[in-house]
Amino acid sequence: MIQSVDNVALLPAYLAAGTAVLVLLADLLIARRGATVAVFAAGAAATALGAVLVGAAGARRTFCAGTDCSYLAGGRAALVGCLFALLTLGVLALSAPLLRSGQVPPGEYCFLLACSMTGGVVLGAAGDLITLIVALETLTLPLYVLVGLRHRSVAGAEAALTFFVVSVVATAITLLGAALLYAVTGAVHLSRLDAVFTAEANRPVAVGGGFPEGPPLLGLPLTVVAVALIVLGLAFKVAAVPFHAWAPATYDGAPVPVAAYLSTASKLGGVVALLAVTAAALPARLTGPLLAVVAVSTMTVGNLVALRQRRMVRLLAWSSVAQAGYIVAPLGALALSSGRGAEAIDTAVAAAVAYTVFFVVLELAAFGAVVALRPAVADGGEIADYRGAARRRPWVGAAFVLALVGLAGLPPGLAGLFAKVTVVRSLLAGDAGWLAVVVALNAVIGLAYYLRAAAILYAPEPAAARAGDAAAAPVVPAEPGAPAVPPGAPVPAAEPVRPAWAVVAALALATVIAIVVGFAPQLVLDVAGL
Amino acid sequence: MNLGGTALVATLAVPAVGAVVLALLPGRFDRAARITGTAFAAVTLVIAALLTVGATDTWAVYDPSPPGAPVGAAPAIWPWHRVDLTWVPGLDLRFQLGVDGVSYPLVVLTALLTLLCCAYTWWRVPAPGRGRSLVALLLVVEVGILGTFLALDLVLFFLFFEVVLLPMYAIIAVWGGEDRQHAARKFALYTLFGSVLLLVGVFTVVAAAGTADLTVLTGGTGLSRGTQIAAFVLLAIAFAVKSPLWPLHSWLPDAHTQAPTVGSVILAGVLLKMGTYGLIRVAVGVAPEGARAAAGVLGTLAVAAIIVGSLVCLAQSELKRLIAYSSVGHMGFVLLGIATLTATGIQAALIGNIAHGVITGLLFFLAGAIKDRAHTGALAELGGLRESTPRLAGLLGFAAIASLGLPGLAGFWGEAFAVVAAWRVGGPLWTTLAVLAALGGALTAAYLLRLLRRVTHGPASPAVLTLTPGLAGAELLAWGPLVLLALAIGLAPTLVLGFAEVPVGALLEAIR
Repeated sequence: MIQSVDNVALLPAYLAAGTAVLVLLADLLIARRGATVAVFAAGAAATALGAVLVGAAGARRTFCAGTDCSYLAGGRAALVGCLFALLTLGVLALSAPLLRSGQVPPGEYCFLLACSMTGGVVLGAAGDLITLIVALETLTLPLYVLVGLRHRSVAGAEAALTFFVVSVVATAITLLGAALLYAVTGAVHLSRLDAVFTAEANRPVAVGGGFPEGPPLLGLPLTVVAVALIVLGLAFKVAAVPFHAWAPATYDGAPVPVAAYLSTASKLGGVVALLAVTAAALPARLTGPLLAVVAVSTMTVGNLVALRQRRMVRLLAWSSVAQAGYIVAPLGALALSSGRGAEAIDTAVAAAVAYTVFFVVLELAAFGAVVALRPAVADGGEIADYRGAARRRPWVGAAFVLALVGLAGLPPGLAGLFAKVTVVRSLLAGDAGWLAVVVALNAVIGLAYYLRAAAILYAPEPAAARAGDAAAAPVVPAEPGAPAVPPGAPVPAAEPVRPAWAVVAALALATVIAIVVGFAPQLVLDVAGL
Repeated sequence: MNLGGTALVATLAVPAVGAVVLALLPGRFDRAARITGTAFAAVTLVIAALLTVGATDTWAVYDPSPPGAPVGAAPAIWPWHRVDLTWVPGLDLRFQLGVDGVSYPLVVLTALLTLLCCAYTWWRVPAPGRGRSLVALLLVVEVGILGTFLALDLVLFFLFFEVVLLPMYAIIAVWGGEDRQHAARKFALYTLFGSVLLLVGVFTVVAAAGTADLTVLTGGTGLSRGTQIAAFVLLAIAFAVKSPLWPLHSWLPDAHTQAPTVGSVILAGVLLKMGTYGLIRVAVGVAPEGARAAAGVLGTLAVAAIIVGSLVCLAQSELKRLIAYSSVGHMGFVLLGIATLTATGIQAALIGNIAHGVITGLLFFLAGAIKDRAHTGALAELGGLRESTPRLAGLLGFAAIASLGLPGLAGFWGEAFAVVAAWRVGGPLWTTLAVLAALGGALTAAYLLRLLRRVTHGPASPAVLTLTPGLAGAELLAWGPLVLLALAIGLAPTLVLGFAEVPVGALLEAIR
């Protein structure tokens, strides 16, 4: 059988994969760091552009078997592809000091990042469980290496191993679930699964005993187990409780830009996969209660443990565990909503997507600020190392505070506030008031540690007497100059280093985007509703 | 947008622009920045005061119909001016502002107190300096408070409610007293606890009614009894934290005591009023069924706040902490008035709000001045203030007497009529509450007189004897308007009630 392939629909995937190949070739033939990075940046930008153009041209589908297709290039695929490409670009910019330091080989680093991006771009368009899992693995596999790529870094190796073992187990669980589901339904395509389960849910009740043969599909233990395995396997990828333990260790051991990628792009991948199966394929009656429990425990555990963290990257890691709970919450409400029609699902999915978009922007800004405030090759460091950092580098400090406050969901971080509002609104529209209260109370716990991190940025340094900075050092002075260290004073742990322009540019861009979508959240809501 | 609408937007835009300008000014122009900020605050006050131009139902231009005449089919909220712009349709959020007789006095009070606080920073910036940032934050807080009072869209109301939180946190955490970090965190977490419940309550209403327009929602049209009760409980807890209502008040003494003088003035003067205003306009207005169901509980808690607040004050030994706790008692009277759900009660609450803002604002200014001079706030060490600084002692005496509710001064009307309103509701519960509240009023007098006896009279302590009698010009400038207002409102309560009469009548008509 000859299948016609719609190459236009595949254009973003081609561009992403082509970027990976070109990066490899550039590294091989030109062997200069600048060239490799430039090729990568151009390729990622082209991928983003391609995704937008293909998405704007209307919905396309390819690799079809009958009416079910494995590759669906619609509006949401364009959004996911574009986000992945932009996040990769952002992480590349944050990696500039790391690449320059020679701690990681630039060619390999860029190639692996591009491979991961390819997985993400395909993931957004995946139309069957196999494509979905393969794309997710393509996204994750290079990260095992990236986490441990630093020379002579024991922490990195440990982190990579933790991540590898946990992630492989998760993939195996998801695959097992997919296989069981295939055994029950005979379908792998998401649209086919949806049709099967919809037909099953609407099956007329047997009155006289003369109705279709066989037990009800939704009541089969095998179906329940299969659905649960798929959802839980994917929950690993978003680092949802109880499958979250890998995240803090991995984030902290990885280079900071890779941690940024893990908590933005990789998490986005998990969310997209979870959305794809829960919204389009699996029955909400089964996934809903499961996801509601996962959401509640994820946000609560994430926030409570984050309260006790002493290391900055671990704080961000636990906070991003908690944020995953907020993302999943609207999906958990699905099963509880009385409507449960297509409209209810669309509202919930749009809320989850919108929250994710707001979240990745703020998270990237937060990690960008961490990179900008730390020496080139250092890890995230202790939170105490950031004492007074905003006084030394006011603009970076202000951006960091904006990102943290946004993650806490308070003005002036309006983007984060509207993200929370979107989730709470969708929960209340879905009759899940108790879940909305849980989300709201978690926001209070969250503020406690975000506030602690933000306050330490402006805390007076122990070395400098309070009288010293009473006169000067306003909150946002124009000159980001070095502080006046009195001669003989002990040098602060984190000597202010001028960050690379790429880092500053990425941080500035992420902050500007966060401010813009904070004042015009409708932009995100429109895109999320596609 | 017509002139009135432009003025509404300008009321919020001017302080917001002022804050941005101050943030962009280089740090070395600290004094110039403080003066610029004060100028912005002054312009805001002028615009806010002018909002009454064009009003049709105030004491100045209202043609009083015969007493007892029904308000008729007038809408529940009839703003003098309004703005209605699309912002985020996906979240039912419209940029909808309006001002009427309920919000106008609070708007003017907010603008006035912010101006006085900004002007006060000319003379004194609390440690560690950086007056520019302090004034900028004060202006941001002003935007949030004014926006809360002006918003006619529930979601917008929530948004402005949240805006206040972090700037106020920063004011306490940076410029506060010894234990400022702890107090600031407590303030932020408590207040956020309230405002997240507000968020849930707001969207409970919005999801059920399909609109966030307060002018449509007032009266509880289209909401089932169950929804109204759920919404009222959520909203009432949210506003009870802010007001604060016993037993959710414990953030207040710490925050007020540790905050710098200007922070305490704004906190006590207008920030607490966001809670009581929200209770009247949002909680009672949108969920009247819920309000009726919970009125007894609310009233009981309010009286408990009065009694507990007064008793705690009797045992306080620190000046600022005493004034802070007195707010719990005074706000108890305001909440008691609201809980009666009668015209007298709500009017008492509105005038009590304004009076408390003026008097407690003045008290915190004076307490700050005394602490700055004597370097102590312990009552035991402040004896004999009358001998070394007679003017300061006199002003403190005036403010304390105004606060205890002497007839003829501003504090009288709110407390007396809250008790009257509770008595008029009748029944064993409300009669008991009225009696207990009256008893609380007596306790209020007791602790304020004790304060005066300890501080102004009595043997002079060494810390006080060294003080110089003079008062700075900026101090007189900041305190003068408050002294005059306390007198003026006391002698002519119609200054506030005249604005509120018609809108309160319309509200009660709508929630009947």
